[in-house]
Amino acid sequence: MGRIGLILMGNTMIIGLDVGGTHTDVVLIGPDGPMREVKVLTDNAELFKSVLTGLEKITEGIDTQLIRRAVLSTTLTTNAIVTDQVEKVGMIVLAGPGIDPMAFRTCDQYYCVSGSIDHRGREIEGVVEDEVLKAAALMKVAGIKNVGVVGKFSTRNPSHEIRVEKILTDYAFEKIFLGHRISGNLNFPRRIATTFLNASVSSVHSRFYNAVKKSLMEKGLNIPIHILKADGGTMNFSASIDFPGQTILSGPAASVMGAIHSAPKEGDVIVLDIGGTTTDIAVLINQSPVLEPLGISLGKYKTLIRSLKTFSIGVGGDSYVRVENGEIVVGPMRKGPAMAYGGRLPTPTDALFVLEKIDNGDAQAAFKGMESLAANLGISVREVAEKVFEKTCSLILAAAEKLVNDINSKPVYTVHELLEGYVVRPTRLVILGGPALHFTEHLRKISGYHAEAVPRWGVANAIGAGLARTTCEVTLFVDTEKGVVLAPEENYSKTIRSMYSFSDAEDTALELLRKKAVKYGADAENLETEITESLSFNMVRGFRTTGKNIRIKTQVKPGLIQGYRD
Amino acid sequence: MLKALNKTGLVFFPAFDWAIDPTHPEREERLLYTQDQVFEEGILDIEGIVEYKPSLVSDMDIKRVHFCVPDVFSVTTKSHFISAGGAITMGRALMEKEIERGFALVRPPGHHSMRVVHGNRGFCNINNEAILVEYLRRHYGVKRVAIVDTDCHHGDGTQDIYWHDPDTLFISIHQDGRTLYPGSGFMEELGGPNAFGTTVNIPLPPSTSDEGYLYTIEHVVLPILSEFKPEIIINSAGQDNHFSDPLTNMNFSAQGYANLTRMLKPDIAVLEGGYSIEGALPYVNTGLILALAGLDYSGIVEPGFDAARISQSGEVTRAIKRIGETVLSHWKTRKDMQEKIRRGRDFIERRRTIMYDTDMIYEMQKDEIRICDECAGALKIDSSADTGQHILGVTIPTGACRVCRQTALDWYDQAGKGPYDRAFLQDRPNDEYKENILKRR
Ligand SMILES: [Zn+2]
Ligand SMILES: [Zn+2]
Repeated sequence: MGRIGLILMGNTMIIGLDVGGTHTDVVLIGPDGPMREVKVLTDNAELFKSVLTGLEKITEGIDTQLIRRAVLSTTLTTNAIVTDQVEKVGMIVLAGPGIDPMAFRTCDQYYCVSGSIDHRGREIEGVVEDEVLKAAALMKVAGIKNVGVVGKFSTRNPSHEIRVEKILTDYAFEKIFLGHRISGNLNFPRRIATTFLNASVSSVHSRFYNAVKKSLMEKGLNIPIHILKADGGTMNFSASIDFPGQTILSGPAASVMGAIHSAPKEGDVIVLDIGGTTTDIAVLINQSPVLEPLGISLGKYKTLIRSLKTFSIGVGGDSYVRVENGEIVVGPMRKGPAMAYGGRLPTPTDALFVLEKIDNGDAQAAFKGMESLAANLGISVREVAEKVFEKTCSLILAAAEKLVNDINSKPVYTVHELLEGYVVRPTRLVILGGPALHFTEHLRKISGYHAEAVPRWGVANAIGAGLARTTCEVTLFVDTEKGVVLAPEENYSKTIRSMYSFSDAEDTALELLRKKAVKYGADAENLETEITESLSFNMVRGFRTTGKNIRIKTQVKPGLIQGYRD
Repeated sequence: MLKALNKTGLVFFPAFDWAIDPTHPEREERLLYTQDQVFEEGILDIEGIVEYKPSLVSDMDIKRVHFCVPDVFSVTTKSHFISAGGAITMGRALMEKEIERGFALVRPPGHHSMRVVHGNRGFCNINNEAILVEYLRRHYGVKRVAIVDTDCHHGDGTQDIYWHDPDTLFISIHQDGRTLYPGSGFMEELGGPNAFGTTVNIPLPPSTSDEGYLYTIEHVVLPILSEFKPEIIINSAGQDNHFSDPLTNMNFSAQGYANLTRMLKPDIAVLEGGYSIEGALPYVNTGLILALAGLDYSGIVEPGFDAARISQSGEVTRAIKRIGETVLSHWKTRKDMQEKIRRGRDFIERRRTIMYDTDMIYEMQKDEIRICDECAGALKIDSSADTGQHILGVTIPTGACRVCRQTALDWYDQAGKGPYDRAFLQDRPNDEYKENILKRR
């Protein structure tokens, strides 16, 4: 490894670390690409230990001063939610008239109190202090430490949420999460769910954060830690304390980011991550992943957590294959490993053995599996293996096309967008995962797209995490009739005069975005900011223009940082 | 978790970049706060409520309904194609059984657009509901349709298009035409000689509130509907009966609208007017979607709602009862009345003048229908406007008999002998729409 020290000047190395269910992959990346890979077993009980071991191993013999950052992608918060290993939290909800807020109840300690704001951010009904105090007392009795406070239209006027936070001060809750800080988007039920999830995973995330910090310090490893988010971007470790929910479902994001290097600079690309149980599909436009319009769904929770748009189907290398009504059926369930690897039931992987595409297992067992299907259909074993393989590929391709169709049928709200809006027309498949190499040729044939497997697919996730850009978004809302400009997530509000213009609004939004990105750990020199939505409406009352209603959305979109090659 | 009882489709197309002019009620801002409310309430996340992207209608879809003068391009914008396309998108999803209810929350509106279109009337250029109905007839073989227009203004455009169609029941409930644009929709307007009684007008007095409106739905509209037995009910869902609407004088509430929707059970609702963009539309639309989906809407209350302040007087209540009785008696005696009009006649002519308030066009029209027991009858329209345009429009109705078809073809063929600039032919049985340019101007 002496070479490394010679080549590198300054702190230009990056570590990407992806904690998977069984293995934790770590890569060290320099300007010319990955320099070192390490695999350690994941200790699911104490994730921070896997992180620490991984970091220690990858930095062996390297001056950590040369390391610019380490980016972690963990399943910590996702697992905590899925396995219900989260802390009990309390919720205070201010809904006012509308759908009964009990329909969005997230937990036992869920209190609906008075207080109502309308769509312009005007107060319709005030907060009633006694009701909040009563709820707080009950939550205390129930042993609640973290609380979420969410009001309808709080992104248009956060004063009620702030008022409730103040009322709660005397009760000394550990952490209070306010809905308007979590997203600038409108969607009250999702704001409730998102605030709830942030509060719920807060403790488990903090414990992890403190454990990693402490042990790094003890080992003298002075590396800035960043964490991967569901949108395929990063934020620095300390920012994640206030928004731990952003790390939910960062796993799929890591692999999509790991595929970007294999996609051309321009054009629409489908990313296929073919695993054992599922194939995860995403779309890149000019090397930028397509995002969910509002946020991820996790189990029963629909959220405002910005994330990549992905689609999963239950088709992978280990999918259960059988014959039903004279037809080969693949998946969606997995019933154990391939027969070639000691399983009991046939899988697409076994078909690959029969087709002599793989040979590092028990080919005879695989053959037996295909034989049972062949007997059922009255064709040769080789033929059946071909059919299984083709069926698997066509299911994956159909799912990919469904995702593209979904993206293209996203509703739009202007004549211009409807007529001239961008239409995704993929020309290329980029494939990751164990069987990727074997699927590439056939997928190319049946799709007519260019197709290639991602090199080093085994650590693509870790590479993707390592090279991901710091991302964030800022939503700005201006109502010159009311005389306010508001960026709720940024805790920014100002009174303005009627001269406030559209370009003032865009400038303000971009400035807030830049500040936020730098705070989250972005390189101030290489910010790629963009305005994603920019609408200005004349407000007319009684045939007279009385003001302007402006809505701006800006983002640093997900992508790879500059200066690194694969 | 909320789950819709009726799978409900929604096309939301606020046309944020389209206006008649910057301060016109039909401007970019109109559905802005509705979008805010619908998004914030999380309505689109409810299981069983699906948002659709609107498709665009084709020229042909428009020509199936309208005679556009001088042509489709001159009297429409792209936004009209999308708005009508939104209605069709819902119709298609309904017929394909993807949804059980649909709501095209679209603008611009269309219910003041008549069969002949010289320009914009009452903010409308093309009739979204009629384009939808004729599309469903053409592509899905739908026959009997009811259109219930609950906009505060008389749906004079839809009435005009279906005046001669016995298979379309058109019911308009509106503020009395003596007190509001377009000044029509009186109880005596009952339809043409081949379709007498299938046009039903229910003019309500100003200050009618929830009570009177819902009384009319229950005691007049629903009985007529159940007797007519339509395959599909379409609601022209204008929202300007609201007590806060700036253009009208009624006292309807968001709850009232939701209740109306629950009672009417329309298969498809299409937004029409409604210009209280902050105080009414966000709440009325939210309630309407929930009611369509069969969900609880009892919590929807608009700011400033005060049941006592908008309750109707005894005088209004009595007037509404009388109106209901008259409408029902017309409905019951429609066959006899039709006989009287038709007795001994082969053709019946009608002359009228039509104002295009938005575009300031004045049109003179003469239409002639062949009295027929076997079909809706051959129809000929002579229309001239002060734009200088003079056209002949001829319609062969769906299911036309042999004689009516030949009559209509003869009219069209002989147009050259008349004073016309253009002649149009709607051959609905063959789905062919022709025109003949007679004079170059
Ligand atoms: Zn109206
Ligand atoms: Zn006939």
